[in-house]
Amino acid sequence: MEKKNKSSIVNIKSSIIDDIKSRFEITDIVHRRDNMTFVTCEKQKTIALITHMKTNLGFKHFVLLTAVDWIEDGKFQLTYILNNPKQKLDIAVRTMISREEATMETAHKLWKQIATYQRELKEMFGIDFPGSPRVDENFILEGWNDIPPYRRDFDTKVYAEETFFPRPGRKTNDPAEYMKKNLHK
Amino acid sequence: MTNENKNHEKFLHEENKIREVKAPDGSIIKVDPLNDYFLDDRPEIKKPKTNKIVEKFLNWSRAESLWVLGFGTGCGSIEIPPLMTPRFDAFRFGVAMRPTPRQSNVFIISGYLAVKTLKRVIRSYEQMQGPKYVLALGSCTINGGMYWDSYNTINRLDHFIPVDVYVAGCMPRPEALLAGFMKLKERIKAGRGEGANEYAEKFDWYKANQKKIINDWNMPDYNW
Amino acid sequence: MKEQKNIFNRQPDRSKYPAKKKNGKLDIDLSSGKFVKLWHGPNHPGVTGNMAIELTLSGDEIVDAKTHVGYLHRGFEKLMERRLWIQCFPTCIRMCVAEPDYNEYLLAKSAEELSGIEVPEMAEWLRTLVLEMARLQSLLRTVPGQAGTLSLGIGVQWGVYLRDLVLDLFEELTGGRVYHMYIIPGGVRGLLPDGFKKRMEEVLGKIDEFVKNIENLMFNNIVFKKRTKGVGYIKPSWVNKYGIVGPNARAAGFKRDVRKDYPYLVYDKLDFDITHETDSDIFARSMIRKKELVLTLDLIRQIMAKMPKKGDIKAQTPNVLHWKIPAGETYVRSESSRGEYGFYTVSDGSTKPRRINLRGPSYTHAVVLLEKLLINANIADVHSIMVSLQTCPPEIER
Repeated sequence: MEKKNKSSIVNIKSSIIDDIKSRFEITDIVHRRDNMTFVTCEKQKTIALITHMKTNLGFKHFVLLTAVDWIEDGKFQLTYILNNPKQKLDIAVRTMISREEATMETAHKLWKQIATYQRELKEMFGIDFPGSPRVDENFILEGWNDIPPYRRDFDTKVYAEETFFPRPGRKTNDPAEYMKKNLHK
Repeated sequence: MTNENKNHEKFLHEENKIREVKAPDGSIIKVDPLNDYFLDDRPEIKKPKTNKIVEKFLNWSRAESLWVLGFGTGCGSIEIPPLMTPRFDAFRFGVAMRPTPRQSNVFIISGYLAVKTLKRVIRSYEQMQGPKYVLALGSCTINGGMYWDSYNTINRLDHFIPVDVYVAGCMPRPEALLAGFMKLKERIKAGRGEGANEYAEKFDWYKANQKKIINDWNMPDYNW
Repeated sequence: MKEQKNIFNRQPDRSKYPAKKKNGKLDIDLSSGKFVKLWHGPNHPGVTGNMAIELTLSGDEIVDAKTHVGYLHRGFEKLMERRLWIQCFPTCIRMCVAEPDYNEYLLAKSAEELSGIEVPEMAEWLRTLVLEMARLQSLLRTVPGQAGTLSLGIGVQWGVYLRDLVLDLFEELTGGRVYHMYIIPGGVRGLLPDGFKKRMEEVLGKIDEFVKNIENLMFNNIVFKKRTKGVGYIKPSWVNKYGIVGPNARAAGFKRDVRKDYPYLVYDKLDFDITHETDSDIFARSMIRKKELVLTLDLIRQIMAKMPKKGDIKAQTPNVLHWKIPAGETYVRSESSRGEYGFYTVSDGSTKPRRINLRGPSYTHAVVLLEKLLINANIADVHSIMVSLQTCPPEIER
């Protein structure tokens, strides 16, 4: 019985992926689990793809939107994870945007909570979503005047040491070397 | 009240901005909330009574009624409800929870302080009636603890408000918290619970530290 | 019956003002004297955790609400990028103090999934037990907490006392009272101590008694019914639109439960039904939480009975100080007492994670949904509505 269920999920998933493939150009398909797949789409068509998945393919539940900073490539990766509650299936849509001109089309009309995610991304990564409600308001930080903190080039340790009066006497050791010296004599 | 912070105007809340209000008789009144609604006196040092017996009696009564401000600033606040149940029963030490700063004299800083909370903590602390005491919970108030390299949590609480007793641990057990209360009582009875006076004495130093961290200083310097 | 329904159905015809402007914003003029701005929190005994709601009132009705968070922001996601995978475990559990074990399970699960480690069966049973115990202690705070919002303080006293007993069991099993660090990559840290089952049964017996008492205190109480029925109503159509999960979705009639839909650990070997209500108001949500409590008691009893006596508790993992997890990304989820709780993890093949992002249920419940629910509500119901959504601010800002 279980095996049958598994194969049927894989079948449904492959038919959905085929459907997306025929309409949009998607690359980098990674099957993480039987019910979880990551796909990559180009920036201009991502919102169209998500809208199509929501309205026609039953991906009614929005799980999360977040960003990953690939500073080596000069890109931000945006990940939209969508969930189909009926088929119990997840598809994550990734898209790469440039780090210098970090703007993305807003999707707040699809799900209400996306506005909150976009507010957080604007504040923490500096990715702009023009037209999203209250996107310029402070969400988490207050009176922040450094570069957005979740970017890789922001060094939190240096910032903390300069700002927060560290108590003298703290020693930091590299765990691997310290253990070698003191444990494995 | 002067405020040298450059960002002062930018961060000012809508209700704190200078505005014109029309009075019922038609005249126009200019309102500057930060100057008009708050007193700009500095805190004063209150000297102990010269009569030692009276001072001892006062200290004893202060030590026996520790009223705690119910402001859960961090995750340590989850161990405060058990204190109020029959098992640990902090009421027998005269410890009670109060909802507002005006009614309380002990401030439990329950763990890490984000910069945004620090601002509220300072305001609440200044609104409390003296003599007032601060009990700092957790390693994160001592040296940052778990979050020593975080960009948004302070490392040393004693640079911003005077601390009477530290309770170490992450997170401290209710027993440790009770031990902290006992220690605080000892301090008060010995006449060493002088946090409010210390704050008044080194007021400029504390304010400079606070203003270094809080970029959007959009409140009066001292409000009581 | 019909007359009684009229009592409960207290949805007065709220007046239509303030008018909407052309750009969709409300026309609220504070200087007109019709409206009052009131901050509910952060220094307020009726706020769950450390957060604030900025309310605009007309009389005692709320016309506008804005959630303010960030008072507990520690930058976990940034800190974990600086730490080794194994150092992330003690860091990530501090994200949510109410039930920290879900964090360590999810991080362990994502590390195992990315590096392809199989966890022994015994460890899976122990993990399930710990997660259910975490849910139990969280529910023991929140079920009577709903009564606490209406000043039925005795329920909170019972609940917190019983929660202490569960924490004692945790201490026996893991050594920690609130933060346990029991689940580690590859398995768990230890087996059950001798006589644990008997002591567990004693505590569960006391909680059974508590459930009976709370039934009389809350659900048969006319004051509680009047204050909660028909208040804080969530339309079923909002569930997908606002991303509502967990007990709040189940109270609206959606049979969604991660434990049943995406079985993880050993939940497919346990026998249980998804709790279910249809009224979708505060009363239904607290009813769901009480049912969850009963279900959790049942699940813990099942786990204790079905668990194998012996077995491996940890799979082989590489030296954790040099542990490089293969590049890749994954999203794992579990059902916490508040709903779907998930970790999105990205590894770039180095010894430190590239990015870990938490998807907490309160992210949607406490911001967009709460702002929506509070409009036209009464000022006296703000606390009840917040507690009924079980908002937990550290999940929002991390």
